[in-house]
Amino acid sequence: MKTFKLGGVHPAENKLSESQPIEILQLPKKVFIPLAQNLGAPSVAVVKRGDEVKVGQLIAKAEAFICSNVHSSVSGKVTKIDNFITQTGYKTSTIHIDVAGDIWDESIDTSPEIKHEIKLSKDEIVQKIKEMGIVGMGGAAFPTHVKLMPPPGKKAEFLIINGVECEPYLTSDHRIMLEKSEELLIGVSVLMKGLDVKKALIGIENNKTDAIRILSELAVQYDGISVYPLKIKYPQGGEKQLIKALVNREVPSGKLPIEVGCVVNNVGTAFAVYEAVQKNKPLIERVVSVTGKTLAKPSNLLVRVGTQISELIDKAGGIPQGTGKVVGGGPMMGKALVSIEAPIVKGSSGILVFDEKEEKRLEPQNCIRCARCITACPMGLEPVLLAQYSENEMFDLAEENSIMDCMECGSCHYTCPANRPLLDYIRVGKNKVGQIIRNRGKA
Amino acid sequence: MNDVIIFSFISLSAIGIAAAVILYFIAQKFKVIEDPKIDLVADALPGANCGGCGFPGCRNFAEACVKTGKNQGNIDGLNCPVGGGETMSSVAAILGFEVTEADPLIAVVRCSGTKTNAPKKVNYDGPETCSFAHSLSSGESGCPYGCLGLGDCVKACAFDAIFINDETGLPEVNEKCVACGACVDACPRNIIELRKKGKKDRRIFVSCINKEKGAPAKKNCAVACIGCGKCVKTCPFEAITLENNLAYIDFEKCKLCRKCVEVCPTNAIHELNFPPRKPKPEKAVSENKPEPKTIADKTETEAKVLKINKEGN
Repeated sequence: MKTFKLGGVHPAENKLSESQPIEILQLPKKVFIPLAQNLGAPSVAVVKRGDEVKVGQLIAKAEAFICSNVHSSVSGKVTKIDNFITQTGYKTSTIHIDVAGDIWDESIDTSPEIKHEIKLSKDEIVQKIKEMGIVGMGGAAFPTHVKLMPPPGKKAEFLIINGVECEPYLTSDHRIMLEKSEELLIGVSVLMKGLDVKKALIGIENNKTDAIRILSELAVQYDGISVYPLKIKYPQGGEKQLIKALVNREVPSGKLPIEVGCVVNNVGTAFAVYEAVQKNKPLIERVVSVTGKTLAKPSNLLVRVGTQISELIDKAGGIPQGTGKVVGGGPMMGKALVSIEAPIVKGSSGILVFDEKEEKRLEPQNCIRCARCITACPMGLEPVLLAQYSENEMFDLAEENSIMDCMECGSCHYTCPANRPLLDYIRVGKNKVGQIIRNRGKA
Repeated sequence: MNDVIIFSFISLSAIGIAAAVILYFIAQKFKVIEDPKIDLVADALPGANCGGCGFPGCRNFAEACVKTGKNQGNIDGLNCPVGGGETMSSVAAILGFEVTEADPLIAVVRCSGTKTNAPKKVNYDGPETCSFAHSLSSGESGCPYGCLGLGDCVKACAFDAIFINDETGLPEVNEKCVACGACVDACPRNIIELRKKGKKDRRIFVSCINKEKGAPAKKNCAVACIGCGKCVKTCPFEAITLENNLAYIDFEKCKLCRKCVEVCPTNAIHELNFPPRKPKPEKAVSENKPEPKTIADKTETEAKVLKINKEGN
């Protein structure tokens, strides 16, 4: 069985909501759809206060290249376009919609039948994906159409589909693979056509044997799609690690996967692409795992974009007594939320509730130079050094030691026996070094 | 034997003399003529090399003084904030100018989000640096403009003039401040401003930089500027401007009449080092601080005990 070579850790899996089928969350009364949901430039609103919108109607348009369209996830009336809290606590321009009924745009095919035949051509597929506002559903929310347009001179050889879901607790991708297998595979074929590649590799970690079985059985009917079980190791879901594991190629420092002829997409993205291209449905809802040991009912919910996080937690049994922290995303890479009033966006993969004991950080002690963090780093960096450089503001040395290659997976932090907040300091350094590099570009 | 000694003596001497002549001409050609005044001016400066004047060090500042003195006939634009008027007049004396003393400046912290005014809604337990906390989230009180209280300004200060008051959680500036501006650059939220020190250290300023509308600003902090514009209307000297829901007092125009302080409904405008006012019975009610307690109660129920930190272990 394949896996990546360098580093990695084995956190407890805690896939509590693994066997919970995807449930549809009841329609919220109000949704708050931020204009900046993707990596890159924010979109520009095309509706105004008082407008009636339908489900799937375009409400904000992409004006820049790395940008995506935003569609209304509900039907109702736009009450205002004003600042609203996001998951970081900062406010951004958000479209507030009062929900009335559930009227879908006529162009969307809402029938349950599965459409196998791909009618659109390569360029039409890319155009459609752009139009429907599809972004990477793994968390970073990078606009998918940009990935499908390799820079001139570069050619993709492999499409890699990321079904690894190496983050503990999260199960949304797992449920999509189980329940929407056929749609997912059609989505992969669509992406293959859009990218003009002959081979697609789906990588799934070996703790999801049911998904591996179902998808391998079905994949026989599709040309060029093969399913690979992978050894369990965090962070296998990182783009670069997955490429290394599946096709044994190494992405050079600071470069994109296309450099080695690969394009990586999440299974959630593949499913969204199926819906967009075959059913003409924009990205307006996504599966979110709401989980945590103290939650009454950890679940996988199909949620409209813009629903407040508090509604999801209520559905899963409400905030339990003694909750210490609510995290947006998984326990390794997620960020603690400042407010649960904030809305779900296209990139939200999970909501994780920790009680006071679980969330407590242990007291950091002196570094004992055991080099466990160096062994654990999947990017081959030296976290202990980078953290020290950042702590002592030696940013030039941090840059020399490739601090910008860190993908913030948290393996070093997880493995440190002295509980040193390594990643915290590396993030401080990345932040500063990034600023320095940007300023250099300007000068 | 003698021949060898004489030959080497003569040849070496000839090489030596030739080299000396070449070096002399080269030295003449590339001679750096430095004004002796630069040394004199540099000696008169404090030598702290703090960069507060905008030049990398004291010597560079001295060079700039001599150069602009020559070009303009005065050194008006230049000021050593550390040495102040005294140093600048001695510099002017060396260069032979009259000096117009610049008003001394001081760093002012424009945030009043103390622990009672802007109660904590979440806990932050990440690294103790403001710049990082700023990039991660809006902070413990929820105000996206307010002071994070993690002390980047304190670390930046070379003069021991700014420190965090544990009671309020906010930085305070003491009389050691020389207005070098290091803290101004260090603050990721641009809360600190250099303002005129004022006569007898009397200063009036808006102690808030929140650009949100009134209601959301008030939600996070009891003493936020809500942009009501009362001070703008009251000011007889047109010193106050209102932009993006935030009032700003121009310290060049402000005559320290204190009328704006009286009308501010949230007590966002601060006065420092003024003698106490004559008690006015009818004003006594409005001068009481708005009760932060009710707001604190309300926000506490909303706060769902969340922590900002990244989950690592």
